Amino acid sequence: MSAAEIAADVAAGRRSALEVVEESLARIAGAEADVHAFNLVTAEVAREQAAAVDAVVAAGGHPGPLAGVPVALKDNLCTRGIPTTCSSRILAGWLPPYDATVVGRLRAAGAVAVGKTNLDEFAMGSSTEHSAWGPTRNPHDLDRVPGGSSGGSAAAVAAGFVPLALGSDTGGSIRQPAALCGVVGVKPTYGVVSRYGLIAFASSLDQIGPFATSVADAALLFDVLAGPDPLDSTCLGDPPPSASARLGAGVEGLRIGVVEELAGADGIAPDVRARLDDAIEALVKAGAVVDSASVPAAVYGLSAYYLIAPAEASSNLARYDGVRYGVRRDGVDIGAMYNATRSEGFGAEVKRRIMLGTYALSAGYFDAYYGQAQRVRTLILRDFAAAYADFDVLISPTAPGTAFALGAKTADPLTMYLNDICTIPSNLAGHPALSVPFGTGDDGLPVGVQVLAPALGETVMFQVAAALEAAAPPAPVSLPRAAFDGGVR
Amino acid sequence: MPERISTADVAHVARLARLELSSEELERFTEQLAAVLDHAADIAALDTAGVEETAHPLPLVNVLRDDVPRPSLDRDEVLSQAPQAEDGRFRVPRILGEAP
Repeated sequence: MSAAEIAADVAAGRRSALEVVEESLARIAGAEADVHAFNLVTAEVAREQAAAVDAVVAAGGHPGPLAGVPVALKDNLCTRGIPTTCSSRILAGWLPPYDATVVGRLRAAGAVAVGKTNLDEFAMGSSTEHSAWGPTRNPHDLDRVPGGSSGGSAAAVAAGFVPLALGSDTGGSIRQPAALCGVVGVKPTYGVVSRYGLIAFASSLDQIGPFATSVADAALLFDVLAGPDPLDSTCLGDPPPSASARLGAGVEGLRIGVVEELAGADGIAPDVRARLDDAIEALVKAGAVVDSASVPAAVYGLSAYYLIAPAEASSNLARYDGVRYGVRRDGVDIGAMYNATRSEGFGAEVKRRIMLGTYALSAGYFDAYYGQAQRVRTLILRDFAAAYADFDVLISPTAPGTAFALGAKTADPLTMYLNDICTIPSNLAGHPALSVPFGTGDDGLPVGVQVLAPALGETVMFQVAAALEAAAPPAPVSLPRAAFDGGVR
Repeated sequence: MPERISTADVAHVARLARLELSSEELERFTEQLAAVLDHAADIAALDTAGVEETAHPLPLVNVLRDDVPRPSLDRDEVLSQAPQAEDGRFRVPRILGEAP
């Protein structure tokens, strides 16, 4: 059942929010031991929130556009009084003293938060294997990763635990797991969704965005999340674009460019490229004008990103020092305490990125690495601007391949980083992009197509995604999902 | 193009970042960081003369709110989450070299 249908039923009194949340909790109970999408399921809080929604309906009030819809929250979003760990030992047991703005917006819209989802520690990773609490598994094949870093949110939606979830995307952390789990994932324009209460990774790149099973549900959630927030000074002041406005409008006459530097990049699997070609054919059949587009500097995105994001992370994560929150490991003096706390509290990937960023910012290397990466960022913005003079939107693969086996890429960080090659350019540019499922690979696992748009181009981006969704081959029945259903009944 | 990162460089940045590494970690991280930085050679070699740096994707500057008093976070709730607190303040181990 879609989020929109649930909200309509709950608002009309045809179903209670409590009944809906009990169904969601039962599905979680049936398969969570296999999937491990959640760090924490907040069943009691969810029931209280659902009862509050039902009370509004009973009193004849307006319960909001997401009335009674169960949602999962990535565990790097602050929830007042509810543990928020970033899947890191250093924040074990921490109870935030405030809610993230998006958490408040969801509640005001009538949504019911059912729990906090697993992620790569501090959102650094592409497989959700770098979690201090153990990996999440892909609901389509439990031996494979769900992608990352928002792998728990993607898996929770793909497993049917919840119709909607929130993730954060710094270099692809919503779109790549969405592609690997066969769901829709959206990275909004930088500044369109408030980040107050999102625990910072790389502040010039991070954005919060939706996961959903359909483009329309993702648009519904986007429209609830987006908008100015005085608590986030990087949030744009103007009313945000509407994601839902042109969902049924089709693509007749739209100019769509295929980013050749991404579609033809080394490492794009042939079956992924084949699905992109199918998508192109579908768009042409639907009346779009599709041609090849060039964003030459996109090929440098990966290198620029893996200098800029670690540099910002090294600064942002300096706050974890055992003084104000989280875990402390004692030492003879404050310096020894800092060292012990951080060395025991952070996992290997977080340490790698902190050191990489510290190095890129250090005397003697600053200009060659960090400065150069920032200049490449300018080149990427210029090349996108030139491409958008000719095209309304651009498309590419989302991820280079389908979901890979657990453990396949953990030994070599660079191999893991290459997962983000198609998603990173939009973060560097601050542009919106989304992943929509489009068929399967040779292994029967989901493939995603990425739709990229210029800043504040969400309306046309969702419009094109809806057309792709309508044309996509039906998803195959997958065995693990069937096994879950058996366990839930 | 800077020289390849050495174990001494990694030991130095680990100290700056307040991380203690075992000798095994030092070797492994040096190899891994070197591989990432080798990949970054593609941009180090680019001619970017005259290209401005982009630090941030938005042209926003100095976003200010009205200077009006309003409630802030509850002090006791915040301090309840600190590893150690005392008299309304965060408590830390001794900072200077002498005994307390």
